[in-house]
Amino acid sequence: MRAIGIVLAGGTSTHRMKELANHRAVAAMPIAGSYRSIDFALSNMSNSHIQKVGVFTQYNAGSLGEHLSSSKWWDFGRKQGGLYVFTPTVTAENNYWYRGTADAIYQNLAFLRNSHEPYVIITSGDCVYKMDYNKVLEFHIEKKADITVVCRDAADLASVDRFGTIKMNEDHRIEEFEEKPIIAKSSTISCGIYVVRRRALIEMIEKCAEEDRYDFVRDVLIRFKDIKRIYGYKTNAYWRNVASVDDYFSTNMDFLKPEVRDYFFKQYPEIYSKVDDLPPAKYNTGAKVRNSLIASGTIVNGTIEDSLVFRETYIGNNCYIKNSIILNDVYIGDNTHIENCIVESHGTIRANSFYKGEEGIKIVVEKNERFII
Amino acid sequence: MIKKEMIAMLLAGGQGSRLGVLTSKMAKPAVSFGGKYRIIDFPLSNCINSGIDTVGVLTQYQPLRLNTHIGIGIPWDLDRNIGGVTVLPPYEKSENSEWYTGTANAIYQNLDYMETYNPDYVLILSGDHIYKMDYEVMLDFHKANHADVTIAVMPVPMEEAKRFGIMITDDQNKITEFEEKPEHPRSNLASMGIYIFNWKTLKEALITLADQPGLDFGKHVIPYVHEQGSPLYAYEFNGYWKDVGTLESYWQANMELIDIVPEFNLYEEYWKIYTKSDALPPQYFSNESHVEKSIIGEGSEIYGKIYNSVIGCNVTIGKDAVIRDSIIMSDCVIGEAAAVDKSILAEGVVIGDGTKLGVGDEAESDLNPKIYNSGLVTIGEKSVVPANVEIGKNTVIFGTTEPSDYSGGRLESGKSIIKAGDGR
Repeated sequence: MRAIGIVLAGGTSTHRMKELANHRAVAAMPIAGSYRSIDFALSNMSNSHIQKVGVFTQYNAGSLGEHLSSSKWWDFGRKQGGLYVFTPTVTAENNYWYRGTADAIYQNLAFLRNSHEPYVIITSGDCVYKMDYNKVLEFHIEKKADITVVCRDAADLASVDRFGTIKMNEDHRIEEFEEKPIIAKSSTISCGIYVVRRRALIEMIEKCAEEDRYDFVRDVLIRFKDIKRIYGYKTNAYWRNVASVDDYFSTNMDFLKPEVRDYFFKQYPEIYSKVDDLPPAKYNTGAKVRNSLIASGTIVNGTIEDSLVFRETYIGNNCYIKNSIILNDVYIGDNTHIENCIVESHGTIRANSFYKGEEGIKIVVEKNERFII
Repeated sequence: MIKKEMIAMLLAGGQGSRLGVLTSKMAKPAVSFGGKYRIIDFPLSNCINSGIDTVGVLTQYQPLRLNTHIGIGIPWDLDRNIGGVTVLPPYEKSENSEWYTGTANAIYQNLDYMETYNPDYVLILSGDHIYKMDYEVMLDFHKANHADVTIAVMPVPMEEAKRFGIMITDDQNKITEFEEKPEHPRSNLASMGIYIFNWKTLKEALITLADQPGLDFGKHVIPYVHEQGSPLYAYEFNGYWKDVGTLESYWQANMELIDIVPEFNLYEEYWKIYTKSDALPPQYFSNESHVEKSIIGEGSEIYGKIYNSVIGCNVTIGKDAVIRDSIIMSDCVIGEAAAVDKSILAEGVVIGDGTKLGVGDEAESDLNPKIYNSGLVTIGEKSVVPANVEIGKNTVIFGTTEPSDYSGGRLESGKSIIKAGDGR
């Protein structure tokens, strides 16, 4: 294989993810009923025949630990390559946390040095998309680029201010790159997916470290944009970043659209995830489900409309769930009304409760005693 | 030296001919059950949940589906460095090559396999029952009684006892006599076909009886061991245990899963049933859909109405279609405004728009009244039924059918169209 992979999954987004980030990394956010957001990056790697992948974790790293406890679900359990999880560690030379994305790579530079593949694909673990990285790699080689940045039009995205904006010339060479601009000069944004030659990356990262610079975008991409040949690979395919409550909500709701489901679930290649061995979902008398996605292991007695219900959830009699996301292993007591909410996983909601997001999406965290067996 | 205290030998080579077209392309243990499972998942999951990590699966009849399902045993955590799951088909020998001629003969032909693991005990299982059982508890019982053979038994109603092998025990659960399908049963303890043998006893018996044609556990091995004076014990099991050998019982057992609190509960956390998951995505319900008293597998898209049914994975139910009291296995596509009543649809069946299944009065099957006698419409795997035809009860369809196969747009009750498989 020509490339190794790096998945950046250590970021905090506590202010944008609110309570949802209390116990998990953004890369561990549950998506579309049965997946976690890192599954998309890992499946893309696997489907692009990249066999050696490093995942860099830091913030709430434990939440990813369980999900990544075996690499076989994404087919990385091979003699060649494998899935490497790099969490910050204390060494003889270093006792810092990862101070930025470039620093994370620097602290694990041996991973890059000891590989033989000529290229590195870098992506983040908090995006929902399908991509054959080999296409980007071919573009990268054809353009004789030093770094290729995957980018897209922000027209259909709710917010631009969270992303880096890009301005390219006719040859796709990047002329301007601004990280999270207050006033955006361009509507083309970076998807956070990069292709770099491995040796060039080692060189640039080492240079950063010498100068105590730690961020890949600011200290590599923006700093070197006039010296190095940095190109933009434009895609129009579905791509969403889920690192804010609103984007997380709308990305999940996108899966209620048939074209999105068809793209991710029916079209080759597949997205893989850890298999949970749950029984089929069960619908008792009184269940009423409209325009909703229901994951396995769930038992439904009430009404669900325009919602996503994740695994192993129990919906009591006479409940009304509308325009909401119910995460894994939630117990909802009888006669409960939930509207415009995200219900945090492992929650227990008492019977006769009422939750409604009046302005925007309400996050419901309810850890009551659960008395059912 | 490799040492396993107990290994399991799972007999999965049977055809299960009373399941009709459902088993014309696969052995009975490979038949789908409960939406996402196959029958063999139950004994395999019981094994790993009981701490047995070495399982030999004996295959013979139509093994392809079983082989692809089992693979190297990943879903059951049976991919092991030492032990794990091994598929054991019949093989050619320098002389006297033969198929597996009986249950015990199959085990006899794999003495070498068992010898490798140097076991103290061998558990013999069959791959065609639905149940959850802790074999470790049975082994404890076996050890406590210093038994040579322990047979799992289950109390059945006296009037049904004549269909089973019946064990007569003393008050210590020691087996004193047994009768195979007795006219006038003297006990209601039916053998479940689950045996724990001391390895030495089993090996000695199999070698001694090697020349017996059609060597069978119930008919030959157990009587032989008993005659030798070895202690045989009956281990009474009182949980859910279902033989799904006929279309009627297969349909019934599936339907029991949709009760409010089913007797056989798949939702228990501590005795999970594992299976090879072909699909991960959640299931989708459209605005026009309706679902009541049903279980549905992953990735299915429901645009129609479903009542009292068991639906597999990746099934599409078209708009205005109505499904009642039916089993629809994975990858089926039901056309718009179709009506499916009391039917069993094997995997990958396509039903055209507006087609009605299970209409009219019952009539005796002209294909095989012994198999198709419970009023069900049975459709074999990957069959295609065209749009706007009506199909009666006790009918069988197998293969890609055209509108011209249905005279007057109807298949009368009791009739059949077989265009694939061995033509049974």
